[in-house]
Amino acid sequence: MKLRDFFDRLKPSFSKGGRFEKLSSTFEAFESFAFTPNTVTGGNMRDRYRGCHIRDAVDLKRTIITVVIALLPALLFGMWNIGYQTSMAYGLDWGFWHRFWFGFLRMLPIIVVSYVVGLSIEFLFAEIRHEEVSEGFIGTGLIISMIVPVTVPLWQLAIAVAFAVIIGKEVFGGSGYNFLNPALVARAFLFFSYPSHMSGDHVWIASPFHFAGDAIAGATPLGQLMASRPLTASAFDMFLGTIPGSTCETSVLAILLGAALLLITGIASWRIMLSIVIGGGLMGLLFNAIGANEYMQLPFYCHYLMGGFAFGCVFMATDPVTAAQTNAGKWIYGFLIGAFAVALRVLNPAYPEGMMLAILLMNCFAPLIDHCVVAINIRRRKKRWLAAERRTNR
Amino acid sequence: MKKIDIIKSPFNKSNPITVQVLGICSCLAVTAQLKPAVVMAISVTVVVALSNLIISLLRNTIPPRIRIIVQLVVVSALVILVNQVLMAFVYDVSKQLSVYVGLIITNCIVMGRLEAFAMSNKPLDSLLDGLGNGLGYGIILVILGFVRELFGNGTLWGYPVFEKLGLYNIGYENNGFVIMAPMALILVGIIIWIQRSRNKDLCEKC
Repeated sequence: MKLRDFFDRLKPSFSKGGRFEKLSSTFEAFESFAFTPNTVTGGNMRDRYRGCHIRDAVDLKRTIITVVIALLPALLFGMWNIGYQTSMAYGLDWGFWHRFWFGFLRMLPIIVVSYVVGLSIEFLFAEIRHEEVSEGFIGTGLIISMIVPVTVPLWQLAIAVAFAVIIGKEVFGGSGYNFLNPALVARAFLFFSYPSHMSGDHVWIASPFHFAGDAIAGATPLGQLMASRPLTASAFDMFLGTIPGSTCETSVLAILLGAALLLITGIASWRIMLSIVIGGGLMGLLFNAIGANEYMQLPFYCHYLMGGFAFGCVFMATDPVTAAQTNAGKWIYGFLIGAFAVALRVLNPAYPEGMMLAILLMNCFAPLIDHCVVAINIRRRKKRWLAAERRTNR
Repeated sequence: MKKIDIIKSPFNKSNPITVQVLGICSCLAVTAQLKPAVVMAISVTVVVALSNLIISLLRNTIPPRIRIIVQLVVVSALVILVNQVLMAFVYDVSKQLSVYVGLIITNCIVMGRLEAFAMSNKPLDSLLDGLGNGLGYGIILVILGFVRELFGNGTLWGYPVFEKLGLYNIGYENNGFVIMAPMALILVGIIIWIQRSRNKDLCEKC
């Protein structure tokens, strides 16, 4: 209990009237990081600070930590895959642990930069606004590091994370008030700001020689299709995830493990996931029916296996803050994400990855969808009520 | 209102872009570089100031029912003059600005000031009001042009600042997003954010 004593001794000076009153949010954050607080989100706090996305007895801390656990299979597989891709590309004879260790060392700086930059800004805003530091970024920060190419320059990542936290989240009032998924804002910022580091054939494979010239070619399946080259990976490879791609989003298998956990615990909406799969599949079938070029003739299920479709579907589109809230709205929201993602991939040569843009687009429309669903529901019930009224009067 | 306030208020509590949210279209379109932004700022200032002055001089003779037409004639005449001057002296910039010089006619700031101020105030006051609003619009344009050219191209007024500082040698790269129009809108939003957090009177009651 030494640590407990330590916190108890410090507490008075960080409380109201103490010497370090200005740093009370920081103290509170570290304390609840070290110990389980006896309060949950929305408990004894003023109503304004209740996360408006909390619709359940589970509090924000537990939600986020479940998401992090669900991300772990994909994260661990991604680390191994970084080493695997490098050893294959450079013809190195590495064992399992060597590959994993190499990937771990390449992922570590990315994760650290993402967390340090993002959390610093979160702490800063919490202090300025005299609020408690929200746990939201624990999930976002990890997701950001999992959806960038392994060779991303760290200073660019830092700028993107800062942009995402400030413009994507804090200007609207912090966790729960943002209308765009902050992790996708960071990725979109990188994609539009520094396109040469985010797409093409030379960014997906880390060099084994200490950051020197990460330039060996390793095309992602989406990149190959975009350039009308034959696919080198089989559907099974793509399902397992042993292909070049963003750090941790290649393995559909690992993502499905995470999806299972999210669905069992009820953290993520099965309606959204299912409707995305249906939307993407129907769009793929439609293109198969047209079949005007090779990309359109690609079997529809391949879209599920390539790029960020699976990752976006499980971890990003289901973000409870930015998704539609009504059940009917979730079906519409998910269906359109799937359909737009596949359409963007096949029809727009400038954007190899349609999932990011499709989710961001539908994030913008989620409130409108909810509004329409609610309005239609109100009108329907009003009509029913009026009919009942008329019957009783007669 | 004192004369100094007439010219000062558009810089702060009644700024055409950040408070009245007028003239956003041109402010996104011409600020990718500093030079066109400055030229645009000067052109709009000249048009607003002179049209304010002329309309204010005519204000008692204009029949109210056709005042919009009269204002438009004055504004278009001035815009055509400005366009000719630009083509004669800074042809390359005039090429870059393309339709946006002609579109000053439709800039809400111009018509807005004529309706709101010049139609009911004396000529000198109107001239000052036009100058103030043109410059208040211009200063936002110049800030945007400065930030976007510096971080998007690494240059200022065509001078390669970042290259001379040697930033490219240590791995710096230009940000392609800053050149795009959405980033200009986000930058305007940031300016509004800063302005409102300094001046609480501007925040809406809720």
